[in-house]
This record gives sequence, structure tokens and C-alpha cells, in this order.
Amino acid sequence: MTTSTTSSAAASAAPKRRLADRLPIVKQLRQSVGLQRGMLVAGLVITVGFILTAIFAPVIAPYGYSQLRDAAGPFEAQQPPSPEHLFGTTVGGYDVLSRVIWGAQTSLLVIVIGVALSIFAGVALGLVSGYIGGWLDRTLVVIADAVYAFPSLLLAIVVAIVISGGQSNQIAGVMAAAISITVIFIPQYFRVIRAETVRIKSEAFVESARVIGASTPRVMFRHVLRNATRTLPLIFTLNSSEAVLTLAGLGFLGFGIEPSSAAEWGYDLNKALSDVTSGIWWTALFPGLAIVTVVLGITLVGESLNDLADPRLRGRRRVGASSGAVAQTSVVPGGTIDVPGGVDSLEAPGEGGSDR
Amino acid sequence: MTVTVPPEAMGAAVPAGRSRKQGGGLGRYLLIRFLLIFPTIFILVTMVFLLMRATGDPITAALGGRLPADQLAERIAAAGYDRPLIIQYFEYLGRIATLDFGTTISDNRPVMQVLFTYGGATLELAFYALIVAFIVGVPLGMLAAYLRDRWGDAVLRVFAILCYATPVFFAGLLLKLVFAVQLGVLPVAGRASTGSELQMQLLEGKTGIYLIDAFATGDPEVIQDVLLHAILPGLTLGLLTAGVFLRLVRTNVIGTFGTEYVDAARSRGVGELRLVRKHAYKPALIPIITVIGLQIALLLGGAVLTETTFEWKGLGFQLAQYLQARDFVAVQGIVALLAVIVAVTNFIVDVIAALVDPRVRY
Repeated sequence: MTTSTTSSAAASAAPKRRLADRLPIVKQLRQSVGLQRGMLVAGLVITVGFILTAIFAPVIAPYGYSQLRDAAGPFEAQQPPSPEHLFGTTVGGYDVLSRVIWGAQTSLLVIVIGVALSIFAGVALGLVSGYIGGWLDRTLVVIADAVYAFPSLLLAIVVAIVISGGQSNQIAGVMAAAISITVIFIPQYFRVIRAETVRIKSEAFVESARVIGASTPRVMFRHVLRNATRTLPLIFTLNSSEAVLTLAGLGFLGFGIEPSSAAEWGYDLNKALSDVTSGIWWTALFPGLAIVTVVLGITLVGESLNDLADPRLRGRRRVGASSGAVAQTSVVPGGTIDVPGGVDSLEAPGEGGSDR
Repeated sequence: MTVTVPPEAMGAAVPAGRSRKQGGGLGRYLLIRFLLIFPTIFILVTMVFLLMRATGDPITAALGGRLPADQLAERIAAAGYDRPLIIQYFEYLGRIATLDFGTTISDNRPVMQVLFTYGGATLELAFYALIVAFIVGVPLGMLAAYLRDRWGDAVLRVFAILCYATPVFFAGLLLKLVFAVQLGVLPVAGRASTGSELQMQLLEGKTGIYLIDAFATGDPEVIQDVLLHAILPGLTLGLLTAGVFLRLVRTNVIGTFGTEYVDAARSRGVGELRLVRKHAYKPALIPIITVIGLQIALLLGGAVLTETTFEWKGLGFQLAQYLQARDFVAVQGIVALLAVIVAVTNFIVDVIAALVDPRVRY
């Protein structure tokens, strides 16, 4: 909080930037150098690949996710990889490759629904709580902290029980997983937006707006919210990867989606548990690798964004080039103040993000 | 880390969670921190109750469809689930205040007894995991900070992300496939072989923590057996946390690199590697203490999955069993119990952090 005055001065002094520079990823991509850029690009490539796979699953997948036979007759169970079934078949006779590809679609759905819901709820609560303050604020903070401290998977299990109540068609299953994830993530968005709101509401431009006579909702949404969303892309990426893991964890514990209604990697891994002991590796390896790849890709993007937002972690060369030798000896943590993004980036929830 | 700050001070707290509370000594901090346990537990327990009851009563969930309607209604009335929700809620709170978390439907055991029978196993697993996490995470994190922005750093960071990105059950399956099935050097599942388990069962004053019991038998074969069984589950759960530690140590060591005293040491001619090992890393370890508090939650979640993967008969494995049996009284009880455990451990961790690092409490 000590840096807020400096940062606002820096922010208001900065000229209006071009649209391309303001898009979240493009800006960071330009800012990054060397290995950091490599990690960001690798993450972006994996993430885009995942999204394309999810969207075009019906075209890419050789069979349907619940298909058990083709023109040549029923699939044989537990077949090792072959030209007909590149990743082999499961104990139930499903084609592993097709279920891996269709699984991307389920994951993407859960990420989009779950994270969208939690951003909506978390941002709204954080904004109201931070702006209005008082008892409402204190109560919400204590609740958010309590939920945040709790094992997220256990909470997801409880919510999944409530929502699905045991049934598991695609919509119920996806919604159960998405809402479970929402409950876990709301506190994170809440905390970040609330902290930003508390900081911003004491700034001069908010006071001016109030003096002019702008209504509370107008000040909240037009002046505060717009300036409080800076860190959202970062949390969004970190949460997306956690969403994939939570969905898989739920599926592994039997709260997934039945194989006849959609493909889900965690469920497939659960079914592969007994295969492994008899040396059948393909039913576990491929869905597992799918999870690891997707989470790795999204996390690489999130980590890179996190590092680029934190001057202490940003690659040094660019900073050194722009500010000369001063950066090396400066007592300001992380070098100089005239870094793109400014000192206010110091307040980015870097630690909160990176220790998850 | 999460509830270290009293609500009044939240506005002034930096997002990293460290409090900048004005005035007040250690005693005041500890008192406020202690009192904060109660609302935390209250909120979690209430949430679990409301969520679980939103679906209906647990008897129908467990036995619905298997009993005729009139018998079902009888069972519901006998258990008191037909009364107004608010009365049930206060009764539930009253029972929790006396540490009674209910009795499971499927095998009719008090939840507290389930805790005492299986809690030791989970504790043991968490202990192994923390050891692995420290041995792997802390030195590698320091190495990554030393090699920052070079290839070694990138490799270590990708390793850290992989640790986090690999679901524990997949890591467990892979380790099992390689070491237990292909190489056949380690046991596939369980906490000990039947022979050792029998020997430990006969022990007087057994703790349920196999590591202690094995040493109590004094039989080197039993000790070896127990340790061999612990390797894969400990590694699986430990690597998950190791990745977190690695990233945290790296970030913090790099952070302390920017401080004046490190600059001073460097100007005196202290070598870079020595700077990492002797100067920068100690302050960088303090946040780890706080983060362990958060890791407890992650470890408990991970333990449920690890225990299921390795048939490690702990609290998490048991929880998964009750989930399968749709015994929601047991689930509600265990989850509420874990909420209490998490709140209390977080308190203890915060106290330790406050004792170690004066900045936390002022």
C-alpha cells in the first residue's frame, strides 16, 4: 500500500497506449525476453492447441466418446495400441484416443463455465465489499478467508454431491464440476478485487467523481472496477489450470461424468487404476498426459504473466537496457520506477499466485 | 497466511498476506489470531451443513430406492431429519461443540473413532510428503535462483510446474507402473505387507502410525517393509508440494537478492553461490513456514487422492469409500472434522511464523 501514491502518479502521467499494447497477452509477449518469452510462447502454443482440440473434437476424434463398435463389429476390450486404435482400448471397450480428444471438450466447458461464474460473483462481491466497507466487508472477508483455507477438493466434493446428487449426465456433470470450481475460486477473485477497490477508492479521481455527483453504482462500475481488473488475466490462467485438476480429481473419486454422456480424463484414470497392476499402461498414460499437458501449458502462460507483472522476477536485460546501470545499484526493490507497468506491479498478488 | 490478519487490519494488509498492524505486541496478536479460529470453524461447519442438507436428508441419499417408502420415513423420523432445519442445525452445532461429528450410516461408527483409527495413517503420509518436499524443493529452489534466467533455471521451473501439473493420482499410477509393475522393486499398494501388519497388530500400545509401530517391534524386516511401502506414496504426494516449495524458494531468494545487505555482502566480494547459500536463503525460508499452513490444505486434498491410488488406509481413503457408499453423514462428519483440523493447524503455523519472524506480528 505504501506505493499507491507513486503508482497513481505514474499511471496518470502515462500517455494513452495503443490497443495492441493494452491487450493482455500481446503486451507481455513484447515485454518478455529470452527464456521467459520461450516459456510464454510454449505455454500459448499448448493452450491454443488444447482449445482447438476441444472445439474440433467431433472432427478430429476417430470415434465417438461412447462408441463401442464400428462397421467391422464391436471393439475388443483392453487392446494395446494398434493402427485401428492408436492409443488402444479401455476395459469397457472404448477407444482411448477418442476419449482423450473428447475429454478436452469437457475440460474446456468446465473451465469456461466455472471461471466465468466465479469471476462474475467474485468481482461483484469484492467490488461491493471493498467499496462499501463496514460490517458487510468484515463478514465477507472472514468467510472468504475461511473458504480459501479449506482443502479445495473436499469443498468441491461436497458441492458436487449437492448439485449432481449422484446423477451424472453431461450437463449435470459439467455443471456440478463448474459450480464446485466456482465456489473454490470466488474467494480468490474476491480478495484481489477487494484489495484493489480499497486502494483505488481513496484515489483523487474517485473522490472527484463523487464530488461531481456521480451515483455510487456509477463510481463503482465506471471508475473503480475499470481500474481494478488489472490482475484478472493472471488469476484467470492460474485458476483455469486448477479447474482442470479439480475436475480430474472429482472424476477420479467417482464424481465425474459417466462414460456414456461425455469423456472425462479423471474418470478414465480411475478406471485405469486396476489396469496398471496388470501392466496395461495405455489406459492410464494417455488421459494422464492430456491433463499434464493442458495444465502445463496454461500454467506456463500464467507463470510468465506473473513474472512479467513482478519487476523482481522479470528478465533483467530489458530493464537494464532501458534504465542503464542505475537498475543494478538502486535501492528500490526490483530496480527503477520507470519500468513499463510501474511500481504498482509490485502489488500484484504475485506471491498469492505463485504459491498455489 | 489466510487468516493471519484481523479484519480491521485487512485494508492495510499487503496482498501477500503479511500484516502491517500498528502497535500491539506478540500477546495481542496471538490472542486475536486464536479468537479468529472460532469464526473460521463456525463458517466452514455451517457451510458444510447447509450444502449437505440442501440435497435432502442423508438417509434417503444412502438408502433411497432400497427401502419401501414407509420404512424410509420411519428411519428419517428416528434420526430426526424430519424436524425443522433450524432445530437440526443448532443440534448439529451443539454436538460439534462437544466434538461429536455424528455416526456413519454404512458401518455405524462414530466419526471421531474413524479419525482415531485412520488419522495416524494420513499423518504419517503427510509427514513423508513434507520430508520429500523439503529435500527436493528447497535445494532445487536455491539452485534455480542461483541460475536465474539461464537454461538450468528454465528446466527447474518447468520441473516445478510439472510437479504441480501432474495430478497426484496420475503421478502415483506412473510410479506404480514403473517401480512396482515393470521393475517389481517396490510394493504396489498398501501400508505394509500382511505379515508385518499382523506383527504390529499384536503390539501393545500401538499408535496406528506404522513408522513408530515398526520400530517398536524391533524387527528390521518389518521396518524395511513399512519404509518400502512408504516410498511411492510419500514421493507422489511429496513431489506435489516440492514444486510449490521450489517456486517459492526461488522467488524469495531472488527477492532477497535485491536487498541492501545482500548488495553489501556482494560488494565485500562474497561469491554468488555463497550468497545464495549463506545470505539470501534464510529470510527466504520464512515465507515457507506460512505457506506450509496453506500446504496442509493442499496436502489433505492430495492425501485423499494419493491414498485412493495406493490403497493407503487413511482418512482420505476412508472418505473416498464413504463417498462411493453415498454415506453423506460420514462425509459431512469427516469434512467438518478436517475443517477443524485445518483451522487449528493454520493457527499453529501462524504462531510459529510470528515467533520466528517479528515482521508478521507488528
